[in-house]
Amino acid sequence: MTDIAIRAENLGKRYRIGAIARRNDTLRDQLSDFGSQMASRMKRSKADKQNQPENEVWALQDVSFEVRQGQVLGVIGKNGAGKSTLLKVLSRVTEPTTGSIEIRGRVGSLLEVGTGFHPELTGRENIYLNGAILGMKRTEIERKFDEIVAFSEVEQFIDTPVKRYSSGMYLRLAFAVAAHLEPEILVVDEVLAVGDAEFQRKCLGKMGDVAQQGRTVMFVSHNMSAVLRLTQESIVMEKGHLVMRAFSSEAVDYYLSAGHVKAGERIWKEEEILPSSAPFRPLALRLQDTRGQVIETIRSTEPVTVELEYLLSAPITGLRIGFYLNSSRFEPVLTSFDTDDPIMFEKFTNRPAGHYISRCTIPADTFNQGRYSLGINASSYRIRRYFQEEQALDFNVDGAGAPGMQWPEPRPGVVRPRIQWAIETL
Amino acid sequence: MSEVAQPTKPEMPLLVIRPSKGWSALNLRDLWVYRELIYFLTWRDIKVRYKQAVLGIAWAILQPLLTMVIFSVILGKLLGVPTEKDIPYPVFSFVALLPWQLFANALQKSSTSLVGNANLLTKIYFPRLVIPLSAVAAGLVDFMISFVVLFGLMWYYHIQLTWNILWLPLLILLALLTALSIGLWLSALNVQYRDVQQMIPFIIQAWFYASPVVYSAGIIPSAKWQLVYALNPMAGVIQGFRWALLGTQPPTAALAVSSAVVLVLLVTGVYFFKRMERTFADIV
Repeated sequence: MTDIAIRAENLGKRYRIGAIARRNDTLRDQLSDFGSQMASRMKRSKADKQNQPENEVWALQDVSFEVRQGQVLGVIGKNGAGKSTLLKVLSRVTEPTTGSIEIRGRVGSLLEVGTGFHPELTGRENIYLNGAILGMKRTEIERKFDEIVAFSEVEQFIDTPVKRYSSGMYLRLAFAVAAHLEPEILVVDEVLAVGDAEFQRKCLGKMGDVAQQGRTVMFVSHNMSAVLRLTQESIVMEKGHLVMRAFSSEAVDYYLSAGHVKAGERIWKEEEILPSSAPFRPLALRLQDTRGQVIETIRSTEPVTVELEYLLSAPITGLRIGFYLNSSRFEPVLTSFDTDDPIMFEKFTNRPAGHYISRCTIPADTFNQGRYSLGINASSYRIRRYFQEEQALDFNVDGAGAPGMQWPEPRPGVVRPRIQWAIETL
Repeated sequence: MSEVAQPTKPEMPLLVIRPSKGWSALNLRDLWVYRELIYFLTWRDIKVRYKQAVLGIAWAILQPLLTMVIFSVILGKLLGVPTEKDIPYPVFSFVALLPWQLFANALQKSSTSLVGNANLLTKIYFPRLVIPLSAVAAGLVDFMISFVVLFGLMWYYHIQLTWNILWLPLLILLALLTALSIGLWLSALNVQYRDVQQMIPFIIQAWFYASPVVYSAGIIPSAKWQLVYALNPMAGVIQGFRWALLGTQPPTAALAVSSAVVLVLLVTGVYFFKRMERTFADIV
């Protein structure tokens, strides 16, 4: 059984919510708490002794899995599902509350890029510092120094303090150091979610290389196409539990359909909205068919109406409200805003306080069959983003009647317009 | 929190992670593996301290020097505080200021070190002791540089060096261990209770007056009270410095008491730190 690199058994991690919510509590709080706790403890002691206190939460519970040597395992799940906690326990940043993990080989963890970078130090100095923090030996850093610098493309500024770097340069340098870490086991959390497209492409390429070299990798991401590209197998986390382990394509499908089905309508409760969104307050996002019915599965051959209902508690200048449409693999399909049309833009430059609906219709014969998600965004260009939700609503597209359906094959591509062909006999 | 068991293959050590119970093992071996990180973090602290300062490292000399001038004018000249064996007040106070500032800086830096490095604590594993250790070590360079001034002063006042100077490294170690042991307690407490951060300047100030920096330990009346006084390890360290460099009375008994106190503080400090360590990342 020596080909198992990681074996986790019944892993559990409990947090005290109190410790999270009021983490900088001062001694005085603790003392006054202590008093009230003693009082409530005396009251409670008769009623229920064995029940679990309410201020505790299990971020991980009964998580068991194995990772073979050389395997690249994806970890997917919604925010708060316990993915990051799992990686923190694996990389020994925090202790498990229950269970155990056996790890064979040196573990390198990348929970963020640029951990420990100091803005006052130069690029050169930070390479050494960051390398040491990530667990590289000095000689190892010296040996790879030139390679790291070349990969980061910041040669010219290597002796400049990194506080003068652009954010892109900073990220490239930070990732370059991390990318040259050579542990047997690599634990990576969402580092690809930062930076521009070019940077992300480069990171993905490097991650692919790492996977090719036969290293064991655990890889957390919200980027489903990255998960599909880099991993063959994935585990799905939900509320601290491991709910599925399967081939990544299956796991991704499960993740995308589980818990996200909202039957064509997303309604925001007041407590879901951060105060920072004010004066914008989303109420509902709906998909409707031509008869005004709220639907979850639309037909490729029929138009569909997207409707966003919201309140403005104060007037906003330059507000634009719109959606992102992504495929189930998170490939962007299109982005559209309610003031894209210059005439609309003129007319609604100033939107007074009130109750609104922004509505549009996506024409028939647009989508290929499959699953899509809508994200919404309310912002004033270059001024402020009031609200954004990347995956507010998922929907299915039924291909019945779409062009080419006489052949029951899946057609690649996200759009399926009715394209007029002509066939000439010469 | 973890232990390294027998490897199944020579190049693949087996690591077992499980909840630690009771007093966790000290695991000094892990600390040794991470010695380079101590070096780099110390180096970072030194480098960063004088970045973008015109006078740079000269501050290491100026700070004790200017403090000494103030003490000499107000306490030495105006108030006429007595020294020992007719040693001129400037050199008498400077000899004490060096270990004092080493201690005070190390204590202040190490106590706030964990919170100051919260980004590391929550993102990466390394033995947590690395952080207060490197914070304490970072003051050594300043200390060494300010020795230049001390030797200048001694030359100016015609004070001869003796072989007793060879005891200095041990005295310096004692000062650092004092700072480290208190720093371990305070840094671990500061993770949960930020009150500590507010208390530190006050602690250092009170400690300053409780140590014979600006006065002679000779003003403590009886031999019995001298020993009580030596419960403050810095009293032993400073008297030791004056003895090793200026040839005052050897503070043998005081040093013995001070060393014992430091030993107790250090052992309890390390164990307290190790016990708190497992929750640092969760609550910092």
